[in-house]
Amino acid sequence: MIRHHPSDELMLDYAAGSLGEASSLALATHLTLCPQCRAANQRLDAVGGNFFAHPVEGTPGQETLNSVMARISSEQAVPRAVAHPLHPALPQPLRLALGCDLDAVPWKRLGIDAYQCVISTRDKIATARLLRIPAGRPVPVHTHCGNELTLVLRGAFSDLTGNYTPGDFQEADDRLVHQPHAEPAEDCVCLAVTEAPLQFKSWAARIVQPFLGI
Amino acid sequence: MLFEFFAPRLRAFVSKPGADRSVIEDVVQETFVNIWRKAHLYDPEKASASTWIYTVARNARIDFLRKAVRPAVDLTDPVLAVDPIQNPQQQLSQAEEGVRLQRALASLPDKQREVLKLAFFADLAHAEIAKELKLPLGTVKSRIRLALGRMRMEFGEDES
Repeated sequence: MIRHHPSDELMLDYAAGSLGEASSLALATHLTLCPQCRAANQRLDAVGGNFFAHPVEGTPGQETLNSVMARISSEQAVPRAVAHPLHPALPQPLRLALGCDLDAVPWKRLGIDAYQCVISTRDKIATARLLRIPAGRPVPVHTHCGNELTLVLRGAFSDLTGNYTPGDFQEADDRLVHQPHAEPAEDCVCLAVTEAPLQFKSWAARIVQPFLGI
Repeated sequence: MLFEFFAPRLRAFVSKPGADRSVIEDVVQETFVNIWRKAHLYDPEKASASTWIYTVARNARIDFLRKAVRPAVDLTDPVLAVDPIQNPQQQLSQAEEGVRLQRALASLPDKQREVLKLAFFADLAHAEIAKELKLPLGTVKSRIRLALGRMRMEFGEDES
């Protein structure tokens, strides 16, 4: 049961097409796991479609039509269906961005016993990464210069704002100082999108931060 | 005809102050070519034609103007979660959904509708809308939440 959903303003930015690629990846992954938000997203698309009903000035443009027709008639048949693995673990938008599924993620050590995998996108403002926090372990206390989105994929974590299980979506801004803990039952795997480098609170974490690459 | 109805609307949708005319033309053309390419994916049960064309145009705009990709849900994904509670008989027809949506949009105060219009048609993220309208970010967020809350109410979903 998903209890934490993306905010209305994030859903609107996604539907309107103004949300950056890294954050859109978190949204698309959540929407794959959450039928309720998927329905809300369809409705927002319909709001966009609705604005098309309003009359506008301007001519269709015969030249445009000619060019479109020329392109269509020279087009080759394109392969259509996407082949999916039999029992994938991660939602497709994430598999596509990673180029692999959960069992093949090239994890890199992050600090003492956490792991990360930075996901390459064309986003210049925000960075998407998978994080794996061992069962029962904390992520060092941190704040953010910008917004941070976290989507749980496996296991669970808790912080002062609540308990997050698979599919749950957390939005944190620079006012939130939190120390998420992975729940003890299993390792917690999350997709984390950060707009700016995290700022760790303790001097020790601050000193090692440049070496952690987070 | 589809082209005559949508071409001027698409041009208005893509046009931004200072946008290059040839880029606008590219997006309009790309949208029509993609409509043809992806026609097999269009399901009239799920969305109206204008909604579907809006999504194709939005994606072309992201591709050409923002030079970015937009991750999206794949409805054939084996991981896709389906709603266990959804009763098919309670599901509204696409036409009924459209009527309710229009009713909800028509009932919005102008200030809320303006924010939605800027989001969809001026290609502005909510933080940029706040700057454009010279409003505090919180004011824009609350207008968005009120507008979307009104829509949820129309669809009988405002549980919060």
